[in-house]
Amino acid sequence: MDFLLLSMVKIVAVLAYIYGLMWVLGHTKRWVKFLGVALAYGIIQIALSTEILTAFDRGLLFQASAITMVSLGLNLIYGFNGQFSLGQWGFYGIGAYTSADIAWRWVNGDASGFLAVLFGVVLVGFVIIGVGAFLQKVRGVPVISAFTLYLLGTVLAGAIAVGLAHLLSPLFAGGLGVTGAPGPLAQGLPLQLLFFVSVILAGAFSAEVSFLFGLPVLTLGSDYFGIATLGFTIVVNTLMVNSDTILPFPEMKGGRGMVGVPQMNEFAWLWVFVFMLLVIIVMRNLIHSSTGRTIMAVREDEIAAKAMGIDIAQTKLLAFIFGSLFAGIGGAVYAHSTGTSFLSPGTFTFLVGFNPLIIIVFGGLGSMTGTIAASFGWIFFLEGMLRVLLGQLGTEAPTWRFVLYPITLLLLMLIRPQGLLGLVEWGFLKAKIHPLRRSAAADAAADSAKLS
Amino acid sequence: MQYFKKTPVTDHKPNSRLAWVGQGFLLILAIIVIIILAQNLIRSPSLFAQNVIDGLKLGFVYAMIALGYTMVYGIVKLINFAHGDVFMVGAFVSYYAVTRFSLHTWAKQIFPGMPDWLVILIGSLTVILLSMVVCVLLAVTIERVAYKPLRDAPRIAALITAIGVSFFLEFFGALGFVFSPRFIPYKQPFETMSWYINNGIYPITPGSMPPDGSITFSNIFLIIVIASIFVQLLLQFLVRRTKIGIAMRATAFDKPTARLMGINVDQVISFTFAIGAAFAGLGGVLYAIAYPSIHTQMGILPGLKAFVAAVLGGIGSLPGALVGALIMGQAEALTMGYISTPMRDAIAFTILIVVLLVKPTGIFGEPEKEKA
Amino acid sequence: MRTFKFLSLVLVVSLLLSACGGGASKEVKIAILAPLSGPVPTFGVMTRDGALLAIEEWNAKGGVNGMKIVPIVEDSQCTPDPAANAANKVIDQDKVHYIIGEVCSKASIPISDIANGKKVVQISPTSTNPSVTVGTDGKVKDYIFRACFIDPFQGQVGAKFAMEKLGAKTAFIMLDQANDYVKGLAEFFEKSFTEAGGTIVGKETYTSTDTDFSAILAKIAEAKPDVVYLPDYYNIVNLATKQAKEKGITAPFIGGDGWDSSDLDLAAAAGGYFTNHYSPEDTRAEVQNFVKAFGAKYKDDSGNPKVPDALAALAYDATNLMLQAIKDAGADDPTKVKDALTKITFNGVSGKITYDASHNPVKSATILEVTKDGIKFNSVVNP
Repeated sequence: MDFLLLSMVKIVAVLAYIYGLMWVLGHTKRWVKFLGVALAYGIIQIALSTEILTAFDRGLLFQASAITMVSLGLNLIYGFNGQFSLGQWGFYGIGAYTSADIAWRWVNGDASGFLAVLFGVVLVGFVIIGVGAFLQKVRGVPVISAFTLYLLGTVLAGAIAVGLAHLLSPLFAGGLGVTGAPGPLAQGLPLQLLFFVSVILAGAFSAEVSFLFGLPVLTLGSDYFGIATLGFTIVVNTLMVNSDTILPFPEMKGGRGMVGVPQMNEFAWLWVFVFMLLVIIVMRNLIHSSTGRTIMAVREDEIAAKAMGIDIAQTKLLAFIFGSLFAGIGGAVYAHSTGTSFLSPGTFTFLVGFNPLIIIVFGGLGSMTGTIAASFGWIFFLEGMLRVLLGQLGTEAPTWRFVLYPITLLLLMLIRPQGLLGLVEWGFLKAKIHPLRRSAAADAAADSAKLS
Repeated sequence: MQYFKKTPVTDHKPNSRLAWVGQGFLLILAIIVIIILAQNLIRSPSLFAQNVIDGLKLGFVYAMIALGYTMVYGIVKLINFAHGDVFMVGAFVSYYAVTRFSLHTWAKQIFPGMPDWLVILIGSLTVILLSMVVCVLLAVTIERVAYKPLRDAPRIAALITAIGVSFFLEFFGALGFVFSPRFIPYKQPFETMSWYINNGIYPITPGSMPPDGSITFSNIFLIIVIASIFVQLLLQFLVRRTKIGIAMRATAFDKPTARLMGINVDQVISFTFAIGAAFAGLGGVLYAIAYPSIHTQMGILPGLKAFVAAVLGGIGSLPGALVGALIMGQAEALTMGYISTPMRDAIAFTILIVVLLVKPTGIFGEPEKEKA
Repeated sequence: MRTFKFLSLVLVVSLLLSACGGGASKEVKIAILAPLSGPVPTFGVMTRDGALLAIEEWNAKGGVNGMKIVPIVEDSQCTPDPAANAANKVIDQDKVHYIIGEVCSKASIPISDIANGKKVVQISPTSTNPSVTVGTDGKVKDYIFRACFIDPFQGQVGAKFAMEKLGAKTAFIMLDQANDYVKGLAEFFEKSFTEAGGTIVGKETYTSTDTDFSAILAKIAEAKPDVVYLPDYYNIVNLATKQAKEKGITAPFIGGDGWDSSDLDLAAAAGGYFTNHYSPEDTRAEVQNFVKAFGAKYKDDSGNPKVPDALAALAYDATNLMLQAIKDAGADDPTKVKDALTKITFNGVSGKITYDASHNPVKSATILEVTKDGIKFNSVVNP
């Protein structure tokens, strides 16, 4: 039973770590902030490189970090903005595959993936801004028409980007080398920098896809939106399975799984840490800004928000885009950090896609701390504790893992439906704004308001 | 139906500017679909008819499951993810009833002189009834234990609970001593017979191919269609003409007021779950007979598709569930036949999204009334 | 608050210190990674049972090199992430040097990367994807082996059998695009069949979650091929052949080792043939002893002795191979064991096994015929 104790210690240690990190981030003195963050990075980095944290812990740590970003994004969409989305897993998958493909092509002497996504993201960005400005002038355009215009623009921009990429990629040929013999640009520090850029590009790509998808679909009511986004996850998964037949990406190998995804290796924790911190800081600042208050106002009461002059469609779309951006970044980080250099559509099926939803409800809707803690706690509980614990009980016991897991879920929902941490926030994440009007989730509040 | 406020995201005025762009886009989509279908219809009418018949089979099964979703959602606004697993339990109960207890031949053992067709008829009906009863008991238990305590909790808590119940049934069922972790070949209580249509209807004999241009169908197809239509009519009668049906509609419309009118809301909700589960059980048995390989996760996808069908038809509407399910069935069968099988889920969801954009409450859904 | 911060620091430190563990000396641990939950739990259960049987037999004989063999079973779910976690867990927490598993290629590939990096010997009983033993750079992964023949051979045997024994001129292929096993078999069947002068009259794809194959079968009824090649698992075969009978399709179905299961619907699949690793009816002593031992140890739902399928046989072979190699190496040393494996000649249930340069076994294939009363041995095809 010493393992049980150890697992408990681990979970508590992780929570303490997160608490400490949030505390230093929230400190008023700047040097404490920087020193604290460096220390937080250093502790784990040292533990990893001295193998005090084993590869097993390392795998759990990176999975938890990736899922933290995804869940934070979903919490922004659902917890803070009240849009019931099941599409987060799809954006996670898009991010993972985009970044994996960019990097795969890069190390195999082909810069076209990187260039195409780079140009595509920039051009589509311009198209979105341009068409948006045009639609601002011509008011009262139905959503489907707006969507059609955006779609046409995007297709056009995409085609130009791919053309440009093919035109320009030979310029990189010298620096990249060929398969099996990577050039100077395709290894060492330049490769690590490419990871940084490609993760951001993958996130941006996810965000732009979410814009196109969210524009029409966000006009649907809450549960209809949920089902449509679930459909999105399923469609993305179908496309992944057929990436070498329907889509023109033979290197992704369809349902057989993509082999040879370049890995960050010794830099993994640096990038994972940087991106996780980035996502946390961006999200915290977003929520604590006036935009964030707008986002929450839409959740609390759409009609009242509209009366205050808030553009509801824009606000929902904004939350959705940021949520997907985080999911995309999470996916991209995941693709390069696990150390197995393998991606399979099996990781991105819709059944697994319920996990972020379960996590944010576990942690508490509308609580960033809860989400972060729950992501780590969830992975360490399900994969770390249950796996090892049951493994010691006998050869039949591992089968019970997924029987115990839903029971835990049911008990938690019955005992504490508002989530483990409710609305508690730690240190840096603590709101300096007014407390929320109601403590329960938005739709529940709306429901009970109507019923009473 | 008051839950879905029409969100005032865009003011969808009929004559707003640039509306032609969107309409044109949808029109082009529709034309492409029609061209593909027409081309294939002309190329081989019998193959087309065959695909339509196969789609009907799928659609009528979905319809039976969709009823449970649409009623439960109409009353408690809960996407009951566990419904698909109740459907799975129905299939497994009938499997064990047939293989372990030979329940499909009980009449033969008591009345040895009975003609075979009567034995099979009575036996099959008993098996189906048993499955339905077990499903009803299971669903009512789930409702009482898991959902009822959460009725005043946030809706998401109930939804997560539903997902939890669904996982629990799947994985608990997969334990060796419960059902089985395996894909089990389903043993049918009666023999399959099939016929082909080619200038008349002839039975198919094993070992010989029906001639070119034939359309084939089986007794399973007929049973599914008849059962599904019967269930639909029964439910229509129940909801429109009986006291409990009126109570259900009142509860769906306004729970507090219904309670004030002396309706036992909790009982009505349990009753709704029970009816839905009974039809899911029936659907499970028929699905297993039609697609005879059962395992504990078999309910996930049909359940999801049935829910999509219910949304497509307009959630809360019984004819909507049927129409939505038939559309889903056809969309899948024709996609499988003429585009590519792996794309069928993608196409089904695309249709859903397009329909919801054009008519946000589904095909038969009533427009929302703004309520204070 | 300050105490809490101090406490957390203490906890972090204690976590870091406590992660080190120790292991006993007089035993050798073997990890069995099998999909006990997830999409294909049957395979996992059979694999586990076969492997455990082998370990039990060795232990009864006094273990290997005098060391007791301790099996560690992990659920890897036939999915990459849990498989990687399971592999990391057995390597880091349990200090295992030998892994038997996984069944599915998509889970074996991440495991093989981890195992090869950590110098842990892995034998996958049934993963047929070439990437399991050969890395993306084209180099063979030193520590990774498999116990099954790979897809090209099986597809080739299927095509040869269809043309020579069944006299087929035309064939129709049904395949699951997302499954590398199915895809691999179908590809090589097509290649061998067309090279030998046959024609492929149609090729249709479906997905593993499909239950309704009527659209594909309608096309088959229209195309009227001599044989239908369906190299998928038994659950798909049950559904497809049943619906084919309803549609009056008479062309025989041919498949691969995925058909092999006690749950194959004999009535529906009757008249079909499949290539396999072994047949329980084979009269060789290894096979008969294995079938007897397996039946004595495991019972089915109604209490009768369980008949082992190919998965159980291959898991049994894989475990025996591993233990034999450990014995040959003479020490609990993965580096020596992997060298012993490359040189091994082993008479297993699935035939005589030697390894080629890519760590794929060289052995014969069996053709089985499905009849209403059971699966009958048809013939053996040598490479």
